[in-house]
Amino acid sequence: MKKQAVVINPKDNVATVVEDFPSGTIIHFFIGQSEHSLQLLEDIPLGHKLAICAIQVGQDILKYAESIGVATELIRPGQHVHVHNLESRRGSRDK
Amino acid sequence: MDILGYRRPDGKVGIRNHILIIPTSVCSSTVAANIANQIPEAVALPNQHGCCQIGPDHLQTVRTLIGFGKNPNVAAVLVVGLGCEGIPIRETAAEIAASGKPVEVVIIQEIGGTLKTEAEGLRKVSELVRQVSHLQPEKVDICELSLAIECGGSDFTSGLASNPAVGIAADLLVAAGGNVMLSETTEFIGAEHVLARRAKTPEVAEKLFKIVQDCEERAKFLNVDIRDGQPTPGNIAGGISSIEEKSLGCIYKAGHATIQDVLKYGEIPKGKGLYIMDTPGQDIESITGMLAGGATVVIFTTGRGTPTGSPIAPVIKITANNRTYKTMEDNIDLDASPIISGEETIEQVGQRVFEEILAVSNRRRTKAESLGYKDFGIYKIAPTY
Repeated sequence: MKKQAVVINPKDNVATVVEDFPSGTIIHFFIGQSEHSLQLLEDIPLGHKLAICAIQVGQDILKYAESIGVATELIRPGQHVHVHNLESRRGSRDK
Repeated sequence: MDILGYRRPDGKVGIRNHILIIPTSVCSSTVAANIANQIPEAVALPNQHGCCQIGPDHLQTVRTLIGFGKNPNVAAVLVVGLGCEGIPIRETAAEIAASGKPVEVVIIQEIGGTLKTEAEGLRKVSELVRQVSHLQPEKVDICELSLAIECGGSDFTSGLASNPAVGIAADLLVAAGGNVMLSETTEFIGAEHVLARRAKTPEVAEKLFKIVQDCEERAKFLNVDIRDGQPTPGNIAGGISSIEEKSLGCIYKAGHATIQDVLKYGEIPKGKGLYIMDTPGQDIESITGMLAGGATVVIFTTGRGTPTGSPIAPVIKITANNRTYKTMEDNIDLDASPIISGEETIEQVGQRVFEEILAVSNRRRTKAESLGYKDFGIYKIAPTY
């Protein structure tokens, strides 16, 4: 199996893709040692993230087993996770 | 696990046997370089500072030069002064000599000009060569190793693969009783709370929050908020969604160990385990600080590729970007891209990184060493007057 996305830690709810993938692609990845696959609901560019399980509004988005921000809307598995639906807890522009 | 090390009179262990020429001022750097050019065993620091510095900035330069002299990879030292600079020449030499290694001094204004000083310096360094050339490395436990961890020219593969893999190697070294240093305060912003959870005591956590806050305050003093542009438009285009995500990718290169203490720039840690050093994100200045703090080997993760090396320590380069590894193979030692392609796990590559550190500690030369790289830069924290 060729790995198409990376899940850094089994606790993570996002994967990072290692190629550009159009919406509808079924991508393969590992969570720990186990193989998984998922159909993309949106285009995901190289280096960007997709949800690998449903993430509720206000729920932490986990990468490296740590929060990288919270979901501002319901994110379904296979959807793009980025600045449009993720808000930093630190606030990138707080003074 | 054993490495081949040179045990110095102060008990510390180096994995290289350099004769270091330290100019105490930018004004004596040419004489230092000329002496080093004549003697293959010697290397000179290209010091750009050392005069007209004030307060903590002056003290930091003094600490860095002394730290380089004391570094266990250095067998003997020649200090080259001009004579009127702000750095105290003889005190700097005496502080290095307190570690027990041979130290000599030449001062241009006292000896009388470039030519006489170079002649006297050459005579002294050739004596130092004869004094330390017979030193043989001995088998020592890997706990004697001090590893500095750096990242630079990062891309999406850094946080995804090379940094976590280096984190595995860092954990292995800490478990074996060694020293590890994580630096680049700028790249803790947004992840300092994650690091602080691993602080040994609440005081250590406080120190960590303080250096990050000070870093941001220094930028605000120049009417700049570092976070205004973080993540950068380029980071966002590359898939980074928040400052937390960016900094987490950076800090994972130091693994998961307890943070023993937070060190000033160039400060030598008092014990073993993982330490944080307050340095800028600029690679050369960051590495220079950690080597002044006694690190003897450096691991450097990169995405875009970088050629950096040091005058006194091996710098091992690793990338998980397959294209960068191919295009810059003469600079990059390790290819971590099998993590991205799924052919290797982070743990497997972490083990390979650890084995490479062992090999380099057993005298294998890194690509930066074999190419003759000798980068050095002292972090300035105040203007020069």
